[in-house]
Amino acid sequence: MHFESRVGHIGGNLSALDATLIVFNEYLRPCDTFILSKGHSAGALYVALWSVGRLSDEDLKSFHKDDTLLAGHPPAHGIPDIPFATGSLGHGLSLAAGTALGHQLRGEDSRTYCLTSDAEWQEGSTWEALIFAAHHKLTDLTVLVDHNNLQGLGTTEAVASMSPLWEKLRGFDVDVQVIDGHDASAIRGVLEQQRDRMRVVVLRTTKGHGVSFMQGRMEWHYLPLTPEQFRTALAEIEAG
Amino acid sequence: MRTQFCDAMVKRAGSADMVFLTGDLGFMALEPLQAVLGERFINAGVSEQNMISVAAALARQNFEAWAYSIAPFCYARPFEQIRNDVTFHKLPVKLVGNGGGYGYGVMGPTHHAIEDYGVLLTLPEILVIVPAFDEDVAAAVERAGASSSPTYLRLGRGEKPEGYQPPAYAPWRWLTKGAGMSVIAVGPLAGTYLAAFEALPEAERPNLWAVAELPLERNPLPPELVGQIKDGPGVCVVEEHVKQGGFASSLALHLSMRGVHPRAFRHLHALDHQYDRYGAQPYMREKSGLDVRGMLAAIS
Repeated sequence: MHFESRVGHIGGNLSALDATLIVFNEYLRPCDTFILSKGHSAGALYVALWSVGRLSDEDLKSFHKDDTLLAGHPPAHGIPDIPFATGSLGHGLSLAAGTALGHQLRGEDSRTYCLTSDAEWQEGSTWEALIFAAHHKLTDLTVLVDHNNLQGLGTTEAVASMSPLWEKLRGFDVDVQVIDGHDASAIRGVLEQQRDRMRVVVLRTTKGHGVSFMQGRMEWHYLPLTPEQFRTALAEIEAG
Repeated sequence: MRTQFCDAMVKRAGSADMVFLTGDLGFMALEPLQAVLGERFINAGVSEQNMISVAAALARQNFEAWAYSIAPFCYARPFEQIRNDVTFHKLPVKLVGNGGGYGYGVMGPTHHAIEDYGVLLTLPEILVIVPAFDEDVAAAVERAGASSSPTYLRLGRGEKPEGYQPPAYAPWRWLTKGAGMSVIAVGPLAGTYLAAFEALPEAERPNLWAVAELPLERNPLPPELVGQIKDGPGVCVVEEHVKQGGFASSLALHLSMRGVHPRAFRHLHALDHQYDRYGAQPYMREKSGLDVRGMLAAIS
């Protein structure tokens, strides 16, 4: 998708992809909601929707091209599984909190999942949402933090450090767990645990995961793939 | 208008699937609503950005979601949340801004809401309701509650003359009749001029119109007013809103595009935020020339 469309943001898509696929394929029920707060990982979201039959091959091929439904960030309309257009960071957790609150007020058995980035926790509104969600004891809300440790112009430590982020999160009345975000069994393990509080799962991930020349490199927040890089990346992923 | 607002909301709460969010405001005003709504009266705390997004999510689940604050905290601070989360999805969240215009005049510039509807009307499908009189509020709440699009309710302070009984709420009302200019007042300012206009001889008395809903595309000009603008001595728009993006601009464009050219076009508006002294709403209006004296000078 990204190669054909000559667009970037692939690094943060690959860091988020494992958890997103697992949630969509194994945990998300029709009554549940998934909100991608880090809208720049729309590619991972579209692939996850494709993997569960909600988008077609043709849809994916249109990614980021003229007249597409699959914009670079999730669209506001046209895909029922995408409840909100995201892309400006710091909105998703509030939207997820409101969604979970609505279900809670009606006594519905519905779960809400929200995937944020790590740098997104530099947005004040994300903390507003955490305060609100923790205060209202939104037990059926699960927040996944794609902690790939890289943002626009450097590492999160170098730009605006909160390291370790999870220690700050543990100051709230929420269940915080830190796992390997590329370990499928660890992701399943935490998602299957009994919940008594809102859960925050910090996924320790690698930007550009699975492709050696992308891994942990900031430029893959931006760069499109050359044909040679694309072939190398595919070969590595298929071999791995 | 807060008391009337609370009364109307209490009444509506009985029939609507309502959730009311407040940004930690409403002391000595909204307690009856809280008592009726119970857990659906949510103090979102001092976090207006979150409050608006939460309201959007609730509206998406078909709750009737209201979000209340002092006006600028409800549209300026969370503008992007209104834009992205509410209007991009056409969600019928009801934003309620208390103290519209200079309602919190002496509280200082941070509390002045003098660019609210101009800013909000740049967004898709927003309906703005500006009740003119306390008696309008019940109908305004019903209009906002029933609105299927994002709605901003600007609450102010009703200012009718003693003993005056305003006509029933309507998006346009013709309040005084004469042979003078047509004066279009947005919201409560209409009541400010009533007594002075009534005291004028018929030949000089303006046709005073109160407009309570914007934009014009959703609340077209009444034919009588169009006739006055075409054939009368001119039109004057008065609004407690800055010049840029105000109702006068949209009216001028609207008329111009239809080839309607009034003999005179005047605009009384709020000055910008650069004041060196502050005072209550009448003081701030006087500073902007929105008081009765300013109005009479503008139409003479």
